[in-house]
Amino acid sequence: MYRYDEFDATMVAERAAQFRGQVARRLSGELSEDEFKPLRLMNGLYLQLHAYMLRVAIPYGTFSSRQMRRLAHAARKYDKGYGHFTTRQNIQYNWPALVDVPDLLDDLAEVEMHAIQTSGNCIRNVTSDQYAGAAADEVEDPRPWCEIIRQWSTFHPEFSFLPRKFKIAVTASDNDRAAVRVHDIGLRLHKNEAGETGFEVIVGGGLGRTPYVGHTIRDFLPKEHLLSYLEAVLRVYNLEGRRDNMYKARIKILVNAEGADHFREMVEEEWAQVNQPGIDLPREEVDRIHDYFEAPAFETLPANSTTLEERRATNREFARWLRVNTVAHKAPGYAIVNISLKPIGGIPGDISDTQMEAVADLAEQFSFDEIRATHEQNLVLPHIRKDDLYGVWAALKAAGLATANIGLVSDIIACPGLDYCTLANTRSIPIAQRISERLADLDEQEALGELKVKISGCINACGHHHVGHIGILGVDKKGEEFYQVTLGGSAAEDASIGEIVGRGLSSGDVVDAVEKLVEFYKKERKDGERFLDVYRRLGADPFKEALYEAA
Amino acid sequence: MKLLKLSNGRISPALEASLQEVSLSEWRENPTAHADATALVISNDASLVDIAQDISGFDVIILEFPQFKDGRAYSQARLLRERLSYTGEIRARGGVLRDQLLFMTRCGFNAFEFDDVGAAEEALREFTFAYQPAADSAAPIWRQRLAHARAA
Repeated sequence: MYRYDEFDATMVAERAAQFRGQVARRLSGELSEDEFKPLRLMNGLYLQLHAYMLRVAIPYGTFSSRQMRRLAHAARKYDKGYGHFTTRQNIQYNWPALVDVPDLLDDLAEVEMHAIQTSGNCIRNVTSDQYAGAAADEVEDPRPWCEIIRQWSTFHPEFSFLPRKFKIAVTASDNDRAAVRVHDIGLRLHKNEAGETGFEVIVGGGLGRTPYVGHTIRDFLPKEHLLSYLEAVLRVYNLEGRRDNMYKARIKILVNAEGADHFREMVEEEWAQVNQPGIDLPREEVDRIHDYFEAPAFETLPANSTTLEERRATNREFARWLRVNTVAHKAPGYAIVNISLKPIGGIPGDISDTQMEAVADLAEQFSFDEIRATHEQNLVLPHIRKDDLYGVWAALKAAGLATANIGLVSDIIACPGLDYCTLANTRSIPIAQRISERLADLDEQEALGELKVKISGCINACGHHHVGHIGILGVDKKGEEFYQVTLGGSAAEDASIGEIVGRGLSSGDVVDAVEKLVEFYKKERKDGERFLDVYRRLGADPFKEALYEAA
Repeated sequence: MKLLKLSNGRISPALEASLQEVSLSEWRENPTAHADATALVISNDASLVDIAQDISGFDVIILEFPQFKDGRAYSQARLLRERLSYTGEIRARGGVLRDQLLFMTRCGFNAFEFDDVGAAEEALREFTFAYQPAADSAAPIWRQRLAHARAA
């Protein structure tokens, strides 16, 4: 993991001090709420329906047990004893008091955490594959490049007042777990024919009101030029992106207005003129940052664990959790463990202070002190010895964290919706809870296979409904909550935007609708086909019929 | 509106002789009619391609922030300094807020239409380091790390 040196620590401490001053000016009345707003929004502090909400950055989703314990402490001291993991690999606190936020930020700064650029029209916290550094299928660990991007983008003086927010995601696997095709910039590390690794640069993807799958503007960018190329893209966007209408201000609108080919020319022309040697890091610094991400000292272990196999054979519940929640690790004898934050009937992404501490203890003891947050609002212990899996599972179960539903129908992404958010038209969380309860049976869920349900409480699409296999969008019709169903979306390497299948449904009917869609899929699927595969094979019409015929 | 100027890292109020301002489009249309102009005002949607000729006679260029959150002039300032090697005054006008002054100076602005010199001094002192190179002389953190490593 990356560790702060004196420079990083000074940067974060000075930011906390600066924000303390800004809050003091607000509390004394020197700043009006209108004047304070842009300042707090540069530091992840939103004013929600009932209270302030602070969004804390977890750069590329990687953090330590010490940091997790501090997050638990913050939940207890400044919130109501819980936190909420988001689709941006961040954590949000929903109930801090403004006067306490400077102290909260000081507490975080002590463990190398902050809320820098978790909001505002700037380059947001960079996101990545939650299995980075552990996945059997990656070409290399993408996180050193994430850290390089984090540093370059932090308080970038030119790009702090962009037309709109800007999100960069990085993956190093053909199995895209970072949703790189639906980000402002997606970067995919891969090998060219000469065996060198470089970046595919994808620009202009995004969700929101106008969803787009991004365009590849470079198949292979040599790694050493990453920062100068990003600087060129950002400069073109800063100068040319629309500023007359905030709903048309994201880079995706510019890319699609110019056409991907012309946009590429604009970027290449700018890139040819930027001071590449001044911006791109020298080899020494690139190597220095890579050193922090050196693989942990994995033991030499046999690929299979006999203790594990004994437990698997005798404990059905454990065996299911192994099948559903663990993933192949690159080191023999190790596994990647997913921790679901989607208990049946629970609030997606929520976690209590004591649960956070339980995860921290496990990470410290069994996972080389590493934890990951996922964009699907779950957690990961990336490096668990197969011999330890049973013990880890038992501890997670005791903490209420062993729901075996990763990637299944109840592993739902949901935005905070009208329970918290000032932008929302409808509630999202109760819909997620009811779908999860309706389809609670884990045998049934496993039999259904991968099925991604994503729920947004308004058109801004924070719940990623456009890329749900089943997406649900809340809309307000004359003061009543209605839900539109979209089908066929995907955020993975086969990215696609879901299609709206028909008229909006009431909150009661939308839960029935999901069940009908699931039943129809079960009837139609052939061997090994996922819901998404059947949808792509059959098209929208038969699903529409199934959804509306008896309604 | 007061004018503050940055010189050798110090910001102080400037007594400004009144400028004869001309916009880029007026200037391009008829330079001779504006021969006595002393400051060129470049709107933030103007392209800086082929502008070298236009700026060569001016010691003051004024860039605009129609609203504080419209950040195009940050890029324009960097292009003037880094690509066009413009060494005169670049003045920020419009939505110039205390908490933007540091970003502005890093992008090459050295004059600000801003009232509160105390606040400006404070704002420019808030950060010791910078991660990335820009139009100012600050050595990015990575360069300082390398220097430390080599000295050790």
